[in-house]
Amino acid sequence: MSTSPTDSPENNLPRDAAYWAQQTAIFKVSRLPTGALDLNVAGRQGLSPLQGFGQMWQKVFRVRLKGVEVSPTEVVKTWKENFPKFWPKGNRFYTPLTGITPGEVAILQIAPGGMPLSTGVMVLYADDESFTLMTPQGHVFAGWITFSAYEEDGCVVAQASMLIRANDPLYELAMRFGGHKAENTFWEHTLTSLALYHHVEAEVETNVTCLDNRVQWSQAKNIWQNAGLRTMLYTLTAPLRWLRKKKRKTP
Amino acid sequence: MPQANVVMNVRQVNATTSIIDIQGEVSAFAEKVLMDAYTEANTPTTRTIILNFSGLEYMNSSGIGLIVTLLIRVNRQKQRLLAFGLNEHYRHIFEITRLDDAIRIYQSEDEALAA
Repeated sequence: MSTSPTDSPENNLPRDAAYWAQQTAIFKVSRLPTGALDLNVAGRQGLSPLQGFGQMWQKVFRVRLKGVEVSPTEVVKTWKENFPKFWPKGNRFYTPLTGITPGEVAILQIAPGGMPLSTGVMVLYADDESFTLMTPQGHVFAGWITFSAYEEDGCVVAQASMLIRANDPLYELAMRFGGHKAENTFWEHTLTSLALYHHVEAEVETNVTCLDNRVQWSQAKNIWQNAGLRTMLYTLTAPLRWLRKKKRKTP
Repeated sequence: MPQANVVMNVRQVNATTSIIDIQGEVSAFAEKVLMDAYTEANTPTTRTIILNFSGLEYMNSSGIGLIVTLLIRVNRQKQRLLAFGLNEHYRHIFEITRLDDAIRIYQSEDEALAA
């Protein structure tokens, strides 16, 4: 029996196949960029909003790039190439060495509320007009954030859309006492920066909806993976590591 | 904004179970179609909603997000959300997105109905 090209396994795959991460939900850090610290990333499981503790929120941030002759594809390409540049200062996103491509893991060093936190995200999905980052255990949120661009009424719109729950009771408490506001400000800044990159001064439209106002007590145990607490512990034990290193060098 | 490239047909299998047959692409543009289908499938006696993915041609991450928001609506009504007809690729998507923790997946309609 002969097989024609149309019978090959590749031709039976849906056209979105190449855009999804191929591996399991366990985070693997292939190569660490210089300066990045893999403290709460490798070996962690990726999360959907269903595995989080707190209320579930959908947050959509949009900015219209009026008067700019650019396609949605070009906007997303620029966004992927310059992703960390649009973030507020004091927060580091270590782009994977192969860029924002499906399955790659990025290290984050952020400071929510001034507290240093070392975590990461995985590129769950990436095509020409959108890309989605998935959070690991220990991150502030369980869930996904999708960055996209599309045309609407003759204008290109750039959008960041989050579907999230705070990961554990400590994070949920922090979110309720200023965290949500800080989060919204973070992404409004990001979209404003993206618009400015395209020489557009535009106001960000923010739409926040609570999809589920119940917390999931079964996920309270997530606190054991809290990346904020683990980062703090790591920082506090730095002198001990220094002493141990010095002791090893001393004959 | 582009039109949704999906059709969803609702079948009331019995008083407690409805099936939503999905044909086409599930992306952000499918939101209204999916929610309208759920509204139709959700009768006062419905306890189980089954999604038939055997006609699924394309799904992106926004589409998976829609499934999550549907799940929240279903759970709020104290209903179950099941699925069948996922090919190997989409089963993998459900696994990597951890949706299979919350949505039971079956090989066939008969298996899903028997659950």
